[in-house]
Amino acid sequence: MKKGAKRWAIVFLLPTVIAFCIAFLIPFIMGLYLSFCEFRTVGDAQFVGLQNYIRAFSQDSDFINALVFTIKYAITAVISINVIAFFLALMLTRRIRGTNLFRTIFFMPNLIGGIVLGYIWQLIINGVLYNYGYSITSSATFGYWGLVILSSWQMIGYMMIIYIAGIQNISSSVLEAARVDGASSLRTLISITIPSVMPSITICLFLSITNSFKLFDQNLALTAGAPSKQTQMLALDIYNTFYGRIGYEGVGQAKAVVFFVMVAGIALLQLYFTRSKEVEH
Amino acid sequence: MFKKILSVVLCVSLILSVTLLVGCGDSGSADVYFLNFKPESANVYIELAETYQKETGVKVKVVTAAANTYEQTLKSEIAKSSAPTIFQVNGPIGYQSWKDYCLNIENSDFAKLLSDDALAIRDANGKGIYAVPYVVEGYGIIYNDAIMRKYFSLSQRAVDIDNADQINNFATLKAVVEDMTAHKDELNIDGVFASTSLLSGEDWRWQTHLLNVPLYYELRDSEDYSDPTIAGLNAKEVAFRYSENYKNIFDLYINNSITEKGLLGSKSTSDSMAEFALSRVAMVQNGNWAWSQIKDVKGNTVAENDIKFLPIYIGVDGEEEQGLCIGTENYFAINKNVSEEQQQKSLDFLYWLFTSDTGKDYVTNKLGFVTPFTSFTQAELPNDPLAREVVRYMNDRSKETVPWIFTSFPSDVFKTEVGGVLLEYAQGNKVYQDVENTVKSKWKSERK
Repeated sequence: MKKGAKRWAIVFLLPTVIAFCIAFLIPFIMGLYLSFCEFRTVGDAQFVGLQNYIRAFSQDSDFINALVFTIKYAITAVISINVIAFFLALMLTRRIRGTNLFRTIFFMPNLIGGIVLGYIWQLIINGVLYNYGYSITSSATFGYWGLVILSSWQMIGYMMIIYIAGIQNISSSVLEAARVDGASSLRTLISITIPSVMPSITICLFLSITNSFKLFDQNLALTAGAPSKQTQMLALDIYNTFYGRIGYEGVGQAKAVVFFVMVAGIALLQLYFTRSKEVEH
Repeated sequence: MFKKILSVVLCVSLILSVTLLVGCGDSGSADVYFLNFKPESANVYIELAETYQKETGVKVKVVTAAANTYEQTLKSEIAKSSAPTIFQVNGPIGYQSWKDYCLNIENSDFAKLLSDDALAIRDANGKGIYAVPYVVEGYGIIYNDAIMRKYFSLSQRAVDIDNADQINNFATLKAVVEDMTAHKDELNIDGVFASTSLLSGEDWRWQTHLLNVPLYYELRDSEDYSDPTIAGLNAKEVAFRYSENYKNIFDLYINNSITEKGLLGSKSTSDSMAEFALSRVAMVQNGNWAWSQIKDVKGNTVAENDIKFLPIYIGVDGEEEQGLCIGTENYFAINKNVSEEQQQKSLDFLYWLFTSDTGKDYVTNKLGFVTPFTSFTQAELPNDPLAREVVRYMNDRSKETVPWIFTSFPSDVFKTEVGGVLLEYAQGNKVYQDVENTVKSKWKSERK
């Protein structure tokens, strides 16, 4: 019986493996190859070596500008999302009335698509700024904070749920022991709660960092890079290079590969550092 | 028991996924695949395809790209095995990027319909015909004559002309517009011009259409080429000699607008057309394609007979004779890489569309095209007010039409960059000199 099941396993795995290859592996390898090619459509590509990578950085400063803006945005957004989500999680694990209702409400923005959210927030922010004779495209600062607010609003609920799960897992005996020993609530937070939820912090940081770097639809809907590409993030810059400029498809592809390596590198580094801080129960 | 159920479930899911994968494949390929550029006509084309199939039995597949995404859609569609057989390029620059896909159709019946061969797109040596324009469009300043009549009936006004037809240069236009702004309460309008939409992707009326006028006057005087579009295609640099004129007309738009300058970055073209349709403004710069946008606005208060065109005057000597900006950026091309049978069927379809009675009825009455083909008589012209105005200007021998030389602008990036700096100028973050510099430097760097 066992042997039979093993033999069948391959057959049952096959659809998933095929789907994985079609939807992920093949496009990924093709993309990697195309970044070294000059092409108009993916069907007819001509190998040109590293030229695209050189052009990605030398042609204009768009990519670097987008990188700087993205990093600035990511730092603020990751901090605001995680700090606020953590404190919401702390509050909503105190058995106050209506906890479930609040959790649901905070989680809800996460269920709305990025484009819709972008347009909604564009209306809200413009509605406020109109009173002072500005709009969100008046200055890159508005776009920057608009993006931070928008993504915080969207992501906080999700991260909160993960933190809540972590906090609920802390064994009550440890907390009780701390209370008996006379630890203040701040002490408890620093010495017990935070170290215990390190796994949640790892996953939340991972999600918020990678999401911040990959942010696309919110960026497109909120400002589309205006004014003059000053609020253009990496993903949007790649999209615009690939589709907005004939003859730059390869350059866009090269940017995408650089982008992938960068995001993967940052995420792995972060995983390594936060993992090392996790404690075993 | 549990294991049995599990294996049944797994088997079913296996079969399902296999059938799904197969299902993704070919869903019956069509003989003609037309990738449509104009989202506003999407439903007309689908209806047209059904009619054609009924008449001839040839199946036409119509796919419409969403606004502003034609290049993206074409890029991914043309790489497929069932690629579009008829697609569109937007002029000589567009042809440059798709030339490997364009069939030479010089000897086809369809290409021979052209009333003027010079309109077609040829290769670098001037040989062959690779793309054929199918619609002629015009743009200028659209005005609501009801409001203009109201203005000209005021007893105290700053100009001594007495109807909008007599506006024939920039100085008069400026005087009228500024005086109208001063009287806007009496005229019951919120501004003379509709919003100068500078939202990203909505700024083409300024960075392309308006910029066409000063650059036309410059390229017209080229010593090497008699055709300004060809001069534009060959210009490594532009001096932007009429930069001051461009500033003047742009300033006139934004200083007499319904919308504060700081807020223009959030306005779209449909916002401005709605403002015009609701009679909240007297003028808006746009082309005859905008008729459907005016007509379809709910609560539309502009009478059809009151919608008129005025040329875009920018203050150049002798502009009293200037007409509308008339040209095309819609060219049909046939995909070189599909089977010969499909190519022929595609050409037959286009020929049918522009020569048969059924096809012509669609073109004139539903698509509203003024075409450059010999198969259409004077009587077979679209009946909307803006198209009629375009035809009137075209036939007026005393007016000199401004051609669409923007088809020779170096790239879309050039236009986007100009749009971006216009927004910042309007908002006051940049000075006009930056606009001028951007036009000059981007033209040079994008033309390689």
